[in-house]
Amino acid sequence: MPLITYRTALNQAFAEELSRDESVFLMGEEVAQYNGAYKVTEGLWERFGSKRIIDTPISEAAFLGLGVGAAMMGLRPVIELMFWSFAYVGFDQIINNAGCIRYMSGGLINIPMVIRGPANGGTSVGATHSHTPENLLASTPGLKVVAPATPYDAKGLMIASIRDQDTVCFMENTLLYGNIGEVPEGSYSIPLGVADIKREGTDVSFIAHGRAVLTALEAAEMLQEEYGISAEVVDLRSIRPLDEEAIFTSIAKTHRVVLIDENKPFCGVSAQIASMIAEQAFDELDAPILRVTALDAPAIYSMPLEKLQLPTAERIIQKTLTLF
Amino acid sequence: MTRIMTPTTTDLDQAARAPINEAWSEEAKIHALREMLRIRRFEQQALKFYNQGKMGGFLHLYIGQESVAVGAASLMNGHDEIITAYRDHGHALAVGMSMEECMAELFGKATGCSKGKGGSMHFFAPDKHYWGGHGIVAGQVPLGLGLAFALKYRAIPGCALCFLGDGAINQGVFAESLNLAALCELPIVFLIENNGYSMGTSLERSSSMATCLAERAAGFNMDWDVVDGSHLYALRAKLHDAMEKARSASRPSLLEMTTYRYYGHSIADANHKKYRTPEEIEAYKKNHDPISSWQEQLMQEGILSQALLESLDEAAKLEAAGSVDFAEASPWPEPSTLFRDVYAEVDQGSEAGRLGRHFFSDLNAA
Ligand SMILES: Cc1ncc(C[n+]2csc(CCOP(=O)(O)OP(=O)(O)O)c2C)c(N)n1
Ligand SMILES: [Mg+2]
Repeated sequence: MPLITYRTALNQAFAEELSRDESVFLMGEEVAQYNGAYKVTEGLWERFGSKRIIDTPISEAAFLGLGVGAAMMGLRPVIELMFWSFAYVGFDQIINNAGCIRYMSGGLINIPMVIRGPANGGTSVGATHSHTPENLLASTPGLKVVAPATPYDAKGLMIASIRDQDTVCFMENTLLYGNIGEVPEGSYSIPLGVADIKREGTDVSFIAHGRAVLTALEAAEMLQEEYGISAEVVDLRSIRPLDEEAIFTSIAKTHRVVLIDENKPFCGVSAQIASMIAEQAFDELDAPILRVTALDAPAIYSMPLEKLQLPTAERIIQKTLTLF
Repeated sequence: MTRIMTPTTTDLDQAARAPINEAWSEEAKIHALREMLRIRRFEQQALKFYNQGKMGGFLHLYIGQESVAVGAASLMNGHDEIITAYRDHGHALAVGMSMEECMAELFGKATGCSKGKGGSMHFFAPDKHYWGGHGIVAGQVPLGLGLAFALKYRAIPGCALCFLGDGAINQGVFAESLNLAALCELPIVFLIENNGYSMGTSLERSSSMATCLAERAAGFNMDWDVVDGSHLYALRAKLHDAMEKARSASRPSLLEMTTYRYYGHSIADANHKKYRTPEEIEAYKKNHDPISSWQEQLMQEGILSQALLESLDEAAKLEAAGSVDFAEASPWPEPSTLFRDVYAEVDQGSEAGRLGRHFFSDLNAA
């Protein structure tokens, strides 16, 4: 299988869907002539032209809302946010319009739209540019949320998201764009709502999404080598819909769980999962449910402290050891 | 292609004779030159160390636009307030922030103006009436309204200077703010620093307009004008009038300052010689560089000698290099400071700060 970057995997997904379906178009700041601020849409404007690949002014509320309206008419907009942090100026369009219109119309209207872009800390761009709003978005029934960790998942989930009848908030990561992995050529899709076991283990379950999956894998290797502890890594891939069965199955096997989450702790994705485990898998647990999250302050700029602020393999190991 | 205003000599003569410029002392004119040189030398040092990996995130350079911040700061009366976007180093130095605290912030050090918490885009100095440094495009614009509102509320004889880029005017909140400023008669001047581009997008590709951007104010019944932002006399003449109208009559206005950035949008913008031509960049540098044209002006007036110029420049370079030494020698912020500066009540140890749980993770039991 070809080895390509996460960025190229996404690019291939767009090209596949743009070729397959005339109603798919891509819109956002610098996506066309500049090839995307992070080069995710490279070459698409040249190939598909200005009707399908559209540069916008810095007007997130307007072009997010345009996406909702066009999707109501049956088009399939893929709206790029240069950063998910910039969604905040257009939240009304995402939450009230994309999130609620289907319900308020009694199911008369669908919003088959993808809103995508990077949502991550860890690049020293300060608090305003480092938000990870997957928990906020997932708390709106009506929106779906996806956060792939690998190039393979990125491509398959993007294709599925573009074909989905509902609005999918697709959380990418600037720190992952350059990562390389095996990705099949051509089209394939990974259904939303199906987690993936990224590492089998027997002693403890690590549950994570996005880049935290890679941190969890790193911690799992170190735990194996240094302490002989075998950790299983469950990659959620999709946050809403959520594959709860995969979570419970893993816990039934390991009886211990650490949730790893680049969200802040308060009502982060891991908080929801912790509550589900407490309610539905309590009897399987031999130890308390633990979480490793971003430290609870706005994202700091200063480079060494920012590294500490996000979950690290060391913090995961420290916490995990308290379970044994 | 960018529209660059070429003022005629008569325009400039007229601007030079504006009372606010006639009253400008020789000393103050030299000071303005010094400030522009300081900004440029500071940023050149920042660029050098950014490229060496000493800083994180983005670095948006102001080089080419120095006259706008310096000209505006030269008109502030001690009551005026100022706020801008993420291209904020020039405004920071122009209002009197030290190179040391600014450079240390870029290095992420505890001695930085924001203790290493904000970085390049988020400089603040309320004691100098400088309210940031804002990373979200146009996020600062309604804050400018609030500054003006507070001035008026307290009957303080000042105005708010609210800077934004030519790309920022396409955020909805800008239109909302223009309306509110006019409707509530707030003492504010909106200054569009029109450098012709928002990232890789030219003005023509981002804004629909009849003749200029400032004209958008007309629909809100607000005064507006277009100003040559590269020349201090031209800029001061019109900005002074707008500030006076704001201060004395609570009349807001919108000024569009034509200017230009020499570097890419940020240093990460490797494409900037593709979406604009090297000739365009050179032409601006040659004909409109704010520092050289001001130097020429002052030499013509006989206030500036070559020797003085060189000594000013030398001093700026030394100061900039010194600020790097300071930043390098400064400590990193302590991990324990991560949770400080989040809640005022907690930092002050007040009753409100002690009641209930404020933070949901801590360093040791992370
Ligand atoms: C809401 C929001 N959208 C997008 C961005 C990314 N971004 C930062 S600066 C910029 C261009 C702004 O151009 P302009 O207003 O002309 O200011 P200049 O950079 O020229 O000073 C963009 C798109 C952002 N910071 N905030
Ligand atoms: Mg601009």
